[in-house]
Amino acid sequence: MKAATETVEISLTVNGERVKRSVPARLNLADFLRNELELTGTHVGCEHGVCGACTVRVDGEIVRGCLMFAAQADGCKVDTIEGLSDSREIEELQSAFVLTNALQCGFCTPGILIAAQALLRDQPNPSRERIREYLSGNYCRCTGYQAIVDAIEAVAKARQARSGR
Amino acid sequence: MKAPRFAYARPANIAEALALLAEHKDEARVLAGGQSLVPMLNFRVAAPKVLVDINRIAGLSGIKVAKNHVRIGALTRHVEIERSADVARHLPLVAAAMPHIAHPAIRNRGTFGGSCALGDPAAELPACALALGATFVVAGKKGERRIAAQDFFKGLYATALKAGELLVAAEFPLPKPGYASAFGELARRHGDYAMVGLAAHGSTQGKKFSDMRVAFFGVGDRPARAAQFERALEGQPATQKAVDAVLPKLDADLEPRSDLHASAATKLHLAKVLAGRALKQMEGVS
Repeated sequence: MKAATETVEISLTVNGERVKRSVPARLNLADFLRNELELTGTHVGCEHGVCGACTVRVDGEIVRGCLMFAAQADGCKVDTIEGLSDSREIEELQSAFVLTNALQCGFCTPGILIAAQALLRDQPNPSRERIREYLSGNYCRCTGYQAIVDAIEAVAKARQARSGR
Repeated sequence: MKAPRFAYARPANIAEALALLAEHKDEARVLAGGQSLVPMLNFRVAAPKVLVDINRIAGLSGIKVAKNHVRIGALTRHVEIERSADVARHLPLVAAAMPHIAHPAIRNRGTFGGSCALGDPAAELPACALALGATFVVAGKKGERRIAAQDFFKGLYATALKAGELLVAAEFPLPKPGYASAFGELARRHGDYAMVGLAAHGSTQGKKFSDMRVAFFGVGDRPARAAQFERALEGQPATQKAVDAVLPKLDADLEPRSDLHASAATKLHLAKVLAGRALKQMEGVS
């Protein structure tokens, strides 16, 4: 059995690339992505799991980057806003956000885009109420949410129309 | 606001976890989903020297239906319980509680066992365990022991777990025929901690309440059943009038404290509103 240590060797996949590092045990995943890998699209807001700005995907599921230690991501597949942008997975959502003015300062936007993509994966045709409920864990201090809900609803409808339902 | 320094260990099985907990005693804490513990570390409310990360222990997670009970492993994520057809079928009370627990990103990571072992008085699952008469299974150096939910929650963030012990599962008895349940929670915003919540379970056979177990959360230092309210409900017809007549009993059962969200009087009022709704929902209250 390995003893408890303050430094941990980790190896993980971030946006499709293998990464190996030695990290302090206390380093959270969001800070690791930002400071060690310079992936600064993952934002750090409240640092206690309330605001949702640090939302990333670990093994396909959205999590709070501030409530997980980098050491715990050892062996995992992590996707950040940079990866989802480059792969064009969230292209439609990004366009809709621009079109509806769903962002002002943009601080919350990466987390909201990742959360919205997860919602539409699990539930392709959510009601406005469901969108609001799903995003209740992502704070936006600029928009009042109306335009964010508009954008996500528009993408859901466009995808539905395309799939012929 | 970062976690203080700590040493990290990732045991591969329960025996290794228990050995680490024995070695580091009260300087160690178990890290499960981390959705409450990590904020506590970041706020420096907790500063353990060692974190024992149980996330890679095989066999600690999963939902199994046995002859007389449903067993939920301690490391089962909230999202798994939320999506489980077995839970929806056999433990509708637990299924109804799940969407109230924080937000999707938190439910993807937070665990059943973590929620119960923390003993947060505003948490949903401890109240469900109480209402359904669940039994917690705890591993320690001397083997396993079982603790009834009624004896498990001891106070504010305090449980019957002793230093060196690890919560491994809970067993929920399969509800008997004729039993129904209802869950209710009031929060300022979806996913926030409850101002008041309740988990109710009991028989509504013959349009009468019987064997009712009504557990409140968010109104005391631990989840607690409303004993006098339950007694007063025994044998009462499932009608609005009968329910209304019994609701004042909650004055004696509950002693909510004023906080940022509401005064004690408001919370007591809301508890009655929720109880009225829950009983109405449970069976044909007209």
